[in-house]
Amino acid sequence: MFTKLVSPSTRRALLAAAALSAVVGSVHAQATDTLKKIKDSGSVTMGVRESSGALSYTLGDGKYVGYHIEICEKVLSDVRKQLGLSSLAVKYQPVTSQNRIPLVQNGTVDIECGSTTNNATRQKDVAFAVTTYVEEVRIAVKANSGITSIAQLAGKTIATTTGTTSVQTLRKHERATGVDFKELFGKDHADSFLLLESGRADAFVMDGQILAGNISKAKNPADFKIVGEVLSVEPIAIMIRKDDPAFKKAVDDSIKAMMKSGDIAKLYDKWFLQPIPPANTKVGLPLSEATKAAWANPNDKPMEDYAKK
Amino acid sequence: MATWDWEVFCKDTIEQQVAPRCFGAKGDVTYLDWLLSAWGWTLSVSVLALIVALLVGSLMGILRTTPSKALVAFGNAWTELFRNIPLLVQIFLWYHVLPTLVPPLRAVPSFLLVVVGLGFFTSARVAEQVRAGIQSLPKGQRYAGLAMGLTLPQTYRYVILPMAFRIVIPPLTSESMNIVKNSSVAFAVSVAELTQFAMQAQEETSRGIEVYLAVTGLYFVSAFAINRIAKLIEGWIRVPGVAGGGR
Repeated sequence: MFTKLVSPSTRRALLAAAALSAVVGSVHAQATDTLKKIKDSGSVTMGVRESSGALSYTLGDGKYVGYHIEICEKVLSDVRKQLGLSSLAVKYQPVTSQNRIPLVQNGTVDIECGSTTNNATRQKDVAFAVTTYVEEVRIAVKANSGITSIAQLAGKTIATTTGTTSVQTLRKHERATGVDFKELFGKDHADSFLLLESGRADAFVMDGQILAGNISKAKNPADFKIVGEVLSVEPIAIMIRKDDPAFKKAVDDSIKAMMKSGDIAKLYDKWFLQPIPPANTKVGLPLSEATKAAWANPNDKPMEDYAKK
Repeated sequence: MATWDWEVFCKDTIEQQVAPRCFGAKGDVTYLDWLLSAWGWTLSVSVLALIVALLVGSLMGILRTTPSKALVAFGNAWTELFRNIPLLVQIFLWYHVLPTLVPPLRAVPSFLLVVVGLGFFTSARVAEQVRAGIQSLPKGQRYAGLAMGLTLPQTYRYVILPMAFRIVIPPLTSESMNIVKNSSVAFAVSVAELTQFAMQAQEETSRGIEVYLAVTGLYFVSAFAINRIAKLIEGWIRVPGVAGGGR
């Protein structure tokens, strides 16, 4: 569920190549003290996504908005106060799912506010703030298809997007249940949704917020619905450098304060339930129990811990 | 230097456990299995598209040098149509637009659509080279053939084409190598080829460097193999003393 991008594949490849060369050059990163770096330079670099649903996306002209970006802006303003700086320049650096981890590791990006799943593999390379959003992988179908659960998808064609964990989720399901289906891989979410819309696929399996967002932007949103069981649960969090306890505490404390004060619920309402720019459409994804639980007990547990439950 | 983890290819794609012999057993699939199958798709798309491109491209190139104005116009139109639309756009036209206009096309697998799309795109480039090859021959060759009583097709078959094709083998080799690299567009229409593997596997394994290096290597090997084969063909058919033949 990490790749909520709708960027041309070539650019993705280029960025990946750039990131690869960057990480090869500087794996032995400088000792990490992000707070000191911010204080000395008076600036901080925020990693953002071009198109990660309502979590993090661009309006063009170098403007980035979204639920996670607004949380990060709040966090950085708290950091500024903590450091006693009168002003703090925030630079926005677009990242992709391929280059975001190398860019955080090598210091190009100080805080990544996109849609990164917190999992055990990644925790070896980077650290995560407390989980701010819990994503659920769901199934979108045509409203008149009569499909209501994954069991009914036997022998049907399912679309999902290349470069997402949903591909893996589907594979695991196929193996575990013995239900056999054909998979079609869209090159991005818009493409996968087109496969569903044009009838080439009977279902589109993806993160709930991506499905809801695509449906809300469809020509006739009533033609589609999200059905069936939750296929996978993934905690999405803000990503920072590993082994930097002071910065992690500053970020966590700021987010926890938002959770306590209810500010985070207001932000959720703003980005997921109210009309959002640029087209003033609603994502229309009600707050899930899983996200509510993450706010009630702030934690940075990886995805694997959710699967155990 | 980064630490390498080539063992990633031995992991199976469900449990992420390292398989003992690197190839999956009993229905398990490792990343190595998947990589090889992806390579197979890349090669299938490339080779079939190359066959389409060479056949159609040669035909169009020949038409463009015939005395018939209608045939020349048709060949020119074909070449300009497929040469002036970006490849990725053409693939989308084949996959998304044409099936809405011609419903039976919906049943055609995306693999075949890509072969045709990539083949026709490259055929325009081949046509241009074949035309250039034919026109590089002195006009007297054609007249000599016709004066000897050969029909026009016979003149092409026995006089013009044997020379022209020998001349255009080097540029055709480049085109053939390009087709391997261009086959990566098949990823955009759900063919599980190398680029699709790279995007997906690097996401699942978080070992992007290893995955991209392996895929890069396979693209290089595939394109270079075509280069070597073309070199061999060039050698076999060389005619000493003829343009491009003497050495």
